[in-house]
Amino acid sequence: MVQEHFAFVRSDMLPEAPPPAAETGIVKWLRENLFSSTANGILTVVSVLVVYQIVTSAAPWFFNGVWDSPSLTACREILDGKTGGCFAVLSERWNQLLFGFKYPSELYWRPGLAFVLLFIAAAPLLFGNIFPRKMLIFTGLYPFIAFWLIWGGPVSTPVFALLGVLFGAFVYTKMVKTSAGIAVVVSFVAALVFWIVSGYLSGPFANVMALEAIPSRDMGGFMINLMLGVICVSLSIPLGILLALGRQSSMPIIKWICVVFIEFIRGVPLITLLFVANVVLAYFLPPGTNFDLILRVIIMITMFSSAYIAEVIRGGLAALPRGQYEAGDSLGLDYAQSMQLIILPQALKISIPGIVNVAVGLFKDTTLVSVISMFDIVGMIRGPILSSAEWNGVYWELFGFAVVLFFITCYGISQYSQWLERQLQTEHR
Amino acid sequence: MTTMTDPPKASFQLSMLIYDTRYRSYTFQFIALALLIALMAFLGINLIKNLAEQGQDISYSFLGEPAGYDINQRPIEYDSQSSHMRASVVGMINTLIVAFLGCITATIFGVTAGILRLSPNWLVRKLMAIYVEAFRNVPVLIWILIIFTIMTAVLPAPNAFRGDNATSSMFLNSVAFTNRGVYIPTPIWGPGSMVVVLTFLASVFGVFYYRHYATKLLYDTGKLLPTGWPSLAILVVPTLLMFFILGRPIALDYPALKGFNFQGGLHIRGSLIALWFALAIYTGAFIAENVRAGIQAVSKGQTEAAASLGLRPKRIMNLVILPQALRVIIPPLISQYLNLTKNSSLAIAVGYMDLTGTLGGITLNQTGRAIEAILLLMLFYLTISLAISAVMNVYNNSMKLKER
Repeated sequence: MVQEHFAFVRSDMLPEAPPPAAETGIVKWLRENLFSSTANGILTVVSVLVVYQIVTSAAPWFFNGVWDSPSLTACREILDGKTGGCFAVLSERWNQLLFGFKYPSELYWRPGLAFVLLFIAAAPLLFGNIFPRKMLIFTGLYPFIAFWLIWGGPVSTPVFALLGVLFGAFVYTKMVKTSAGIAVVVSFVAALVFWIVSGYLSGPFANVMALEAIPSRDMGGFMINLMLGVICVSLSIPLGILLALGRQSSMPIIKWICVVFIEFIRGVPLITLLFVANVVLAYFLPPGTNFDLILRVIIMITMFSSAYIAEVIRGGLAALPRGQYEAGDSLGLDYAQSMQLIILPQALKISIPGIVNVAVGLFKDTTLVSVISMFDIVGMIRGPILSSAEWNGVYWELFGFAVVLFFITCYGISQYSQWLERQLQTEHR
Repeated sequence: MTTMTDPPKASFQLSMLIYDTRYRSYTFQFIALALLIALMAFLGINLIKNLAEQGQDISYSFLGEPAGYDINQRPIEYDSQSSHMRASVVGMINTLIVAFLGCITATIFGVTAGILRLSPNWLVRKLMAIYVEAFRNVPVLIWILIIFTIMTAVLPAPNAFRGDNATSSMFLNSVAFTNRGVYIPTPIWGPGSMVVVLTFLASVFGVFYYRHYATKLLYDTGKLLPTGWPSLAILVVPTLLMFFILGRPIALDYPALKGFNFQGGLHIRGSLIALWFALAIYTGAFIAENVRAGIQAVSKGQTEAAASLGLRPKRIMNLVILPQALRVIIPPLISQYLNLTKNSSLAIAVGYMDLTGTLGGITLNQTGRAIEAILLLMLFYLTISLAISAVMNVYNNSMKLKER
């Protein structure tokens, strides 16, 4: 037989040999990711050295940190020449950093509660598919509740404000059949009339469920940054939509009003607008009117961010294929309906990353109010805390705290927007 | 059977202004215009009333009056007797200086970080991601203040450089980092230095010409000339030769400790450095993301096509990827430059005397001319922005893909 000519025939399979040591596990990963070429090897070694330097110099500063001491000199005595951070300034002054130095400390629960409720109010907007739609009712009520909690005063103020909005909305639903544009104007006027009338009626309610009123100049710290950020972004989104639609409009006068407004606001730095709020705006108001700096700042920042949001939304509108507009027309929808039902839902979806970018940028820019001597977190650090006798010279702990607060907020928002983008990704890729 | 007739020509009725879409737009525009005029009139009347009440007027004559304050960084001649106009011009130049320096440095940081974020090296990639996220998510004002604190509170005072056992020493014996600013050597232009400078400028043109020639040769004949080393040689050798032939006409003026402070050399203030570097690092983080997005926007098929043609990785980058990526990168890059210029108005937080510090700061406070000063300030920034957007539009139109 043929087989007999062979000295050896293997009848069973060899066991699998393990891959070469350099091609498995951590060694392979290191080779591919850190030492794939000479240049990469050098880069890796340099980076490791840099990281090592930073960690070894920062670690003792963190671990030797003093959390309990009345002043910087006392803290230095406790440290006794060692490297270490005086985090005592944070445990001592956290309330000033967060709420400002005048907000009464026994009332911290009010802005605190408003902050917690913010998450409940925002949840159905941010995670629409998880939370029930009924929670949107609370979202609608939230601005009035938050106003009452933070500024205090009689409960009638926010209630009448709310009733005015509801009255306006009622008028709008009655009028919208005739013409959407006219309905908007009329309902706005109706709400305005309601507010003015209710201003005269609110006298008897002045002591009903009145919280202690806090003037806005007593507010400060990170609270101001959050308030400005939330208020201005939420006000500027509807304004931005209107401006964007106006800029796309075929009516030349409306178009040019919007273009000039947007380009002017985008062309000047926010700081000049804050100067306007601080020193110039009073000249343009009827003599004798004197409203808060914070309200003037809110107006200017809202104008600022609505111009930027308008540009983002215009990008979204321009990205829609022409067929979508024509589809709306061919269904016989009027302008308001086709915008509301067809164009805006798609355009806003495309614009979400841009809007979030603007929102994050705006939130960071709220620190600029420290330049016009408002005591936001940066103003608190530079003003009352660093110039106090106890804590003169504690820079890194304070700036580090501010950096951490802003980083957590802004990074969180941008991560959310990336998540949302993936959620809204409806086309197949 | 149907017959087509012209629709009846309705005579114009007043109700058509609301219900007929042909005329409704006129109604809306008329309302908008009326509201706008009413708003303007309201603001204008208030302004006139307020000004009359306070006995003020709108006048720009303050620009001609002596300013009466000092500016610590004077690129042009200025003293406290100069006019407010002169002070504003100094501020304007200071704004442009920090914006120019910032844009260049931000581009360097941003391009480096953006390319390194795509590096095959895991560690470098992660470090760059940390850089980008850390700087993008924290307000630039805080970074300016942090770097300013380093410049003023951490760096040694000039007297730490004194004596035999000085605690600090100058970097390379020529640069002194002190809490009053950084002192760097400045060139002293001796006789004949002009020739050296001209030679250098000529060599710069020479490099451009050589590269142009090499590209033309490549396209015409396919012959590949080296460009790296020859460019460097053209740039350096003639200038150095001229420098030594003329007997070293350009010398350096080193800063030296005299009295309580450093004398000589160029003094760069801590406020300028804080503003410059904070803006550069912050904007660099945004530019890094633009660069990364631009490079990733070029589809992988392009790289593979180039590789299958036999191009080497460096040439793929230079000839295929970069030209396409630049089309995506440059428009957002220019708007980052614009942002940097506008953010430079934060100079006021560290006392750098830019236009916001002079015209919008001290001049405004001294003269009380708030409306005029802020209007001029806005006009200046508006002019810069509009100029840059005009340039950008021209660029975009020239770079637009020529499609069928």
